[in-house]
Amino acid sequence: MCLAIPARVVEVLNESEGTIDLGGVRKRISFELLTDVAPGDYVIVHVGYALQKLDPAEAERTLALFAEAGGPTAEAA
Amino acid sequence: MSAVKKDYVRPVDFRHGRVDMTHGGGGRAMAQLIDELFAANFANEWLAQGNDGAVFSAPAGRMVIATDSHVVSPLFFPGGDIGCLSVHGTLNDVAMAGARPLYLAASFILEEGFPLADLKRIVESMAHAARDAGVPIVTGDTKVVEQGKGDGVFITTTGFGVVPPGIEISGDRARPGDAILVSGTIGDHGVAIMSLRENLSFETTIESDTAALHGLVAAMIEAVPSIRCLRDPTRGGLGTTLNEFARQSGVGMLIREAAIPVKAQVNAACEFLGLDPLYVANEGKLIAICPGADAGRLLAVMRGHARGADAAIIGEVVADAHRFVQMETAFGGRRVVDWLTGEQLPRIC
Amino acid sequence: MKYIDEFRDGELARSIARRIGAEVQAGRSYNLMEFCGGHTHAISRYGIKDLLPSNVNMIHGPGCPVCVLPIGRIDNAIRLATENKAIVATYADTMRVPASGGLSLMKAKARGADIRMVYSAADALKIAQDNPAREVVFFAIGFETTTPPTAIVIRQARALDLRNFSVFCNHVLTPSAITHILESPEVRELGTVPLDGFIGPAHVSTVIGSQPYEYFAEEYQRPVVIAGFEPLDVMQAILMLVRQLNDGRAEVENEFTRAVTREGNEKAKALVAEVFELRRSFEWRGLGEVPYSALRIKDAYAGFDAERRFGITYRSVADNKACECGAILRGVRKPTDCKVFGTVCTPENPIGSCMVSSEGACAAHYTYGRFKDVGIRTAAGTPARDGTPRGAVMP
Repeated sequence: MCLAIPARVVEVLNESEGTIDLGGVRKRISFELLTDVAPGDYVIVHVGYALQKLDPAEAERTLALFAEAGGPTAEAA
Repeated sequence: MSAVKKDYVRPVDFRHGRVDMTHGGGGRAMAQLIDELFAANFANEWLAQGNDGAVFSAPAGRMVIATDSHVVSPLFFPGGDIGCLSVHGTLNDVAMAGARPLYLAASFILEEGFPLADLKRIVESMAHAARDAGVPIVTGDTKVVEQGKGDGVFITTTGFGVVPPGIEISGDRARPGDAILVSGTIGDHGVAIMSLRENLSFETTIESDTAALHGLVAAMIEAVPSIRCLRDPTRGGLGTTLNEFARQSGVGMLIREAAIPVKAQVNAACEFLGLDPLYVANEGKLIAICPGADAGRLLAVMRGHARGADAAIIGEVVADAHRFVQMETAFGGRRVVDWLTGEQLPRIC
Repeated sequence: MKYIDEFRDGELARSIARRIGAEVQAGRSYNLMEFCGGHTHAISRYGIKDLLPSNVNMIHGPGCPVCVLPIGRIDNAIRLATENKAIVATYADTMRVPASGGLSLMKAKARGADIRMVYSAADALKIAQDNPAREVVFFAIGFETTTPPTAIVIRQARALDLRNFSVFCNHVLTPSAITHILESPEVRELGTVPLDGFIGPAHVSTVIGSQPYEYFAEEYQRPVVIAGFEPLDVMQAILMLVRQLNDGRAEVENEFTRAVTREGNEKAKALVAEVFELRRSFEWRGLGEVPYSALRIKDAYAGFDAERRFGITYRSVADNKACECGAILRGVRKPTDCKVFGTVCTPENPIGSCMVSSEGACAAHYTYGRFKDVGIRTAAGTPARDGTPRGAVMP
């Protein structure tokens, strides 16, 4: 059951609920599994619940790793 | 003494009234409903005559007849309603044969208890769509079923059209080397409907793309009479229609994901629900297949028309005994776009 | 869409693929099992195999909780609706899984059973609130990703003193499944299934963290790389596994650092621990009885346990004799090895669960990959299966 997507928090309504935005589509979901969620955060959403916050710095680092992986190879193919 | 006018007949109460069994009974109540609602809104010489059928002169040439039933739920959705949907749907089916639509017929199955205010809204919407298209609704029927045996209203429309000479459009005419075009963004209608389903409820500004396409088709076949296939990808979406063509024509297809126009919000909604936009319904789009050499010209004509502004060439027909529809993914690999299995259920997994 | 599109970039994919191609050692095979159903789906949907060198073999593991749900448990769920007349709320994924007597939840629904698809556990709770005179049972399935939401609704039901709501719990655990595979005769003794490394699940790991996998790496000397959900994540993880195997290392590495930490989500884990406890044993379709691999509801929340409320007894039901789902789930066979694949067993008429769930190995292969089995050619005469990614076809 792995279908989960990263979405941006637009509104935190109370301790446990809020609205997220993915590509312009908004949905009300639960934040009960997290603490300290703020608008602007990115969270991983699964079956209507936010499971974890996404770390933007780590995301950048990962993308950089991808680019680096494609660097010049040591030997010819 | 009260001054009641002599020939006063109490009008149908469209504000608070509801459909009841007498409206389908064939008697006075039904006649009044037809008069005050259907005939009044669809307004044409045939309905004014008050007969059960409409007589017209048979045009010369080949004719097309097409029919569609509409059971969409909810009845009213962003961008349209079951009324205009039923008009557009059948106009489009007629147009997909390359034909100019001439007349429409509409029959209604109403559920006892259905609010007349809603029915009025639907009929007005149909009238508006038909007028815009320049195609009259010349005859129809009304039945009423007991409460619980219907879903508010079901509408069946039938359309007649005439095919211009020299036009041969059929799903079995695709040949290797032909180009595949789509008239605009896919998945809009299905996403608009799903956003209203109670247990999915997401907010989106996506509206149904329901629209009449016969004007676009007329422009297309005038510029490119060699068009081989036309179809509007309704239930089952683009993926299903391409598979239908492939099977009918005994060919394969190769399309490019990057070339298929999809609105950002439609993509996002499909991500949410684990759906594939390729299989989501459209109600105002068409797929065209034409000889490869004519593709550029056809694309230009489509893009020049209001209903084809986002048109794109998405792939080509290839020789393939297995009749697979293949897609080059934006990612760079290749996959099959298969027949849809059952109904697309939003998956979480 | 941010954090999605960048991780699906085709150019980067090709460059990572070149790097993998450059680093694999000739004459050596790299047999990698991806455990998460989401990864199985991604690998098929994006045609990742096309980009890998021929000595890297991807083996599909039992990471699809729908696929491993035994027939007998689905029979139980169906009976809750047909015999106990409860409203059964379920995720859409289970609807078409074939159960006994030619039934499925979908077919039972067509015959009048009140079975409703929900997107979220919270929807099931709402159904219970809206229908106080009816019993409502939530058919809870899933790995550790899906368990915390179930824990939340059970606690909410308690707080609301909801008397007509219960949960039929079928939550299963990832580490136990991995252990079971590694302990299987084919892997351990016979060596008929070479398994060199694992791609660890994405979203399960956001909850449980990377720490639980350290045991496998250590005990079984196999590297584990936890990968994100997008195709670039999977490719990068494959590269990292290749490097570990080349170096002779067996460590837990985390590619999905943007969402996975060593500890995972402590709050979620605590909520789960409050409501659930381990079952001594649980049957997995295709794997048989697996010890300490599943959860049941604790006594403190017994009032919301459908198994106790309805006195459910479990009867194990054997798979169709022709069905190879069991072997496929263990990675011992491929979909194309199954005699009924694509003929009798199709997504329209599935015989086994691997074909029902879009993440099952069979469904994924049927939907996205089977054209490669027949080696079709395009009009240009170039075969479809040579694996080189192609550029645009049209001018």
